[in-house]
Amino acid sequence: MNLEPDPRDEAFREEVRAFIREKLPPDMATRGRRDFHPRKDDLIFWTRKLNEKGWVAPHWPVEYGGPDWRPMQRFIFEEEMRAGFAPTIDRIAIELVGPVIYTFGSAEQKAKYLPEVFRAERLWCQGFSEPGAGSDLASLRTRAVRDGDYYIINGQKTWTTEAHNADMMFALVRTDPDAKPQRGISALLIDMRSPGLVRRPIYTIDEGLSVNEVFFDDVRVPAENLVGEENAGWSYAKFLLGNERTNSAEVPHTKRDIAQIEAIARIERKKGRPLIEDPVFASRLARLKIDALALEYAVYRVLVDEGEGARSVASVLKVRGSELRQRAADLAVEALGDRGLAVATDPEGLHNMRDDAGEDPVPDYGVGLSAKAMFRRATTIYGGANEIQRTIIAKTILEL
Amino acid sequence: MDFTFTAEQEALADSARRFREREYDFEKRRAITLTPEGMSEEHWRTFAELGWLGAGLPEQAGGYGGGPIETALICEEFGRGLIIEPFIGHVVALEALATLAPEACADRIAAMIGGQERLALAHYEANGRGDAAHIETRAEPHGDHFRLTGGKALVAGGAQADGFLVSARDEEGISLFRVAADAPGLAVRRYRTLDNHRVADLALEEVIVGNDALIGRRGAAMPAIERALDHGAVAVCAEAVGAMDAALWMTRDYLRTRKQFGVAIGDFQALQHRMADMVIEAELSRSIVYQALAALAHDDPRARALGISAAKVQIADAAAIVGGQAIQLHGGIGVTEEHAIGHYYRRLYVIARTFGGADVHLERYRSLAFAGQDALASGVEKDAAGIPA
Repeated sequence: MNLEPDPRDEAFREEVRAFIREKLPPDMATRGRRDFHPRKDDLIFWTRKLNEKGWVAPHWPVEYGGPDWRPMQRFIFEEEMRAGFAPTIDRIAIELVGPVIYTFGSAEQKAKYLPEVFRAERLWCQGFSEPGAGSDLASLRTRAVRDGDYYIINGQKTWTTEAHNADMMFALVRTDPDAKPQRGISALLIDMRSPGLVRRPIYTIDEGLSVNEVFFDDVRVPAENLVGEENAGWSYAKFLLGNERTNSAEVPHTKRDIAQIEAIARIERKKGRPLIEDPVFASRLARLKIDALALEYAVYRVLVDEGEGARSVASVLKVRGSELRQRAADLAVEALGDRGLAVATDPEGLHNMRDDAGEDPVPDYGVGLSAKAMFRRATTIYGGANEIQRTIIAKTILEL
Repeated sequence: MDFTFTAEQEALADSARRFREREYDFEKRRAITLTPEGMSEEHWRTFAELGWLGAGLPEQAGGYGGGPIETALICEEFGRGLIIEPFIGHVVALEALATLAPEACADRIAAMIGGQERLALAHYEANGRGDAAHIETRAEPHGDHFRLTGGKALVAGGAQADGFLVSARDEEGISLFRVAADAPGLAVRRYRTLDNHRVADLALEEVIVGNDALIGRRGAAMPAIERALDHGAVAVCAEAVGAMDAALWMTRDYLRTRKQFGVAIGDFQALQHRMADMVIEAELSRSIVYQALAALAHDDPRARALGISAAKVQIADAAAIVGGQAIQLHGGIGVTEEHAIGHYYRRLYVIARTFGGADVHLERYRSLAFAGQDALASGVEKDAAGIPA
């Protein structure tokens, strides 16, 4: 057991910091700090900047353009991106579509789609959930029927993150309605501009736009867009979920949120003194920091132990990670005091639901926090609701 | 960072596990708790023979070359088995001696590691309520001797100690003195805590100790005492991880076998989810102990204190959740004296409240994390990027 930090890590951290300092435009950093839903132009700009360093796809194999980092480097990179308020880039493409294509895709699919990811030439969304298939994803019903060189798609997806910005969808569709639910599912790559495909925005509790409904009415998809084998889509989805071990803990994002609360609590005042000196508030913030610290070490344990034991801990990380995200967002609102309750829509938002919030009383450092507190209710629902995760823990760890 | 154990560490954990399995089933443990001493001298000799009493001490201090990780490995197994010999009391006293005066106390350190002498660090006082900084006990210098007056509370290992390391304050600060258990003027009140461990309160009424009883420099003992208590805090946290683990799996087994409404109660989702929450707390507790072990290696006392207090807070809360729910899921049998699960609860209950409870450590964490001009200056520069001050 060696608990000393690797000296190489600090040098790497400094390199990432210096890069952000040099390359990230201040207006983008401001938007990053406000943490509203990401803007497409920021995403594309930042992806291309990162690509100059070869830093777009941290966990991809070297042969497909990955930087060959140690797990700890990947964590530090994510930590510094968050701490430096850099735009989030296309996580669907990088964490989901890329790995599925380089693992199961055809040579043509690899050649066509993988290089584009590094320049964000095509943005991706993930078509998994349906109105009748949420936690019970395997019951999805969007139908794909083979017709010559095409599949004809009919049905509906929902909660589709970033569909309004996406050029392509990585979709799970039903190709065999007679097989057992998990056996009749295939993975298709669908062009979002296909005739018969309609997107409709779903405004969320924060009055923002990040998720959509997507309707398919006789949408024709070339058969060459099938990934891997027909009816094997479920196993690919499970492969992806197995890959996902530590990201859902979102430790870098929560650490950055906590640092922001701390900074705000030094500016905000209660009875003439800095809020950070208020023992009740400071104790709540301290408790949150401690929880985040425990979670951070739980993540380290998985990062340095890639074995099977670590895999089953993913649900533990997701449950606690999502709970901490909610607590952090709520405490940030608390730090703003009365003004935390004002609706503060994105001043630079391209997709605001309403523009009648009134004369916004929130100081610049508090913009976005109340919206974030609302939207964070989603964290314990998406990516496998926390109740599903607890059932997974009971089945896989406890074997109940 | 690497969390895999060395071959030597694996072997140490194995030997502690074998001892627990061989010597510490529930009935054997109960028999020890019923003796007047509340511990087994034979087990203590075994601890010495197996090298455990010096396992956490570096070689240059007279130990066997290990450190807090070795202590934690032993304590985790002791937690699983609810071992009641005063091992952590020994670790704390040894750490204090080895930090303050490794050369002057070399013989005594050797005797402690060999199991011939047991010492206990008598530092906490009742009015401090777990705050190590609160010391009222006075030391009056009188030429060739000191007179000690005051009181010490909840001394770990105090009931079975041959002598005490008593902290006391004078105008130069806090010093540490060796006081024999039978010293005139010293009253030792031995009692049993909720976990069946034996501890002691000390009342010192003008106890006279020679200048040679002073350990280390006069007035300069506090950093070493804090360091020793930090070692003790991490050790009890590691013990709690073992106790939670045992309670968790014992509960899981019960859920598989206990039938109600015609099915194993483990089939009920409400109970499965309760157990999942216990797993989460146990996993995060193990993680924060690793964090605390990393913090113990820090030369910077502030970083060390932050890491240890964080662990103690998390462990105290987790101990209540895991221990409490373990009883809840056992139902009525869980609140009986004859069932082991309640004894895990009792040990976890005490661990949560010794070496400073959750409130003490949250307070220490908060004041260190957010106060202090140095922390403030560097923190704001980094944290508030883009935020106008």
